[in-house]
Amino acid sequence: MATKKVKGVAYEVNDEGFLLDPATWTKEYAVEAAKEEGLEELTETHWKVIDFARQSAASAGGASPTLRTITDGAAITTKDLFALFPKGPAKKVAKIAGLKKPEGCV
Amino acid sequence: MAKEQPRKIAFICSKGNLDMAYPALVMGWAALGNGIEVTIFFTFWGMDMINKARVDHLEIPPVANSSMKMNLMGVPGYIGIPQFMGAFPGMTAFATHLMHKKMEDLKVPPVREYLQMLVDGGAKLFACKMSVDMMGLKKEDFIDGVQDIVTAGDFMDMTDGAQIIFI
Repeated sequence: MATKKVKGVAYEVNDEGFLLDPATWTKEYAVEAAKEEGLEELTETHWKVIDFARQSAASAGGASPTLRTITDGAAITTKDLFALFPKGPAKKVAKIAGLKKPEGCV
Repeated sequence: MAKEQPRKIAFICSKGNLDMAYPALVMGWAALGNGIEVTIFFTFWGMDMINKARVDHLEIPPVANSSMKMNLMGVPGYIGIPQFMGAFPGMTAFATHLMHKKMEDLKVPPVREYLQMLVDGGAKLFACKMSVDMMGLKKEDFIDGVQDIVTAGDFMDMTDGAQIIFI
């Protein structure tokens, strides 16, 4: 167990850096988590994906959406998703959105 | 310290049966989602997966498949399908239909769409030159994501440092 400090607020994360409780997530946390994943700036489209991922998880008992759920649900192409979150969008989206490690296979 | 190289995985797809098309697709997609570079080399019957005329018609025959039991059809227990019955006309089509339905229920996309997802996610697809020559195919016969027809030697060069999975 570890904590991550963002602007004076401590967030509990697991050993792999996933936020423990999605309810503690804030936009500031997302911005910081994104920087750690190599994303200097979150654009409107990034936020669209993050917001969708959080909504999807909330209605799926906390399960992170798969990439395919994101492309279908947030109306974004696979190409764009990989361009927005390069080198591993599945993990990156979940980390930034403060969700669990994705478990689905598709 | 030298900058860490990204992890790389290469799949060799050598089978054209529907059930054997999925392992590389599922694992390749998971790899891309985790930031791992993916290369897929299609050889022998595996080329059906990238052959425009064949990709939508992959099948799973029940003959000589001892793991295929009737529980797929909702029959409890693990009752087998007698081999002679597996050879009846329509049995392959039936088994294929059943598998398509199971996949659909799990929201697993068809092979053609799955391959496109992988290509869009950055996977590199190649066809094996020897198999292409043997089967009299051309690059135009393949789906768009296939980058090139390469030799076994080329494959060795391009997968330097990769983990290789043969399917």
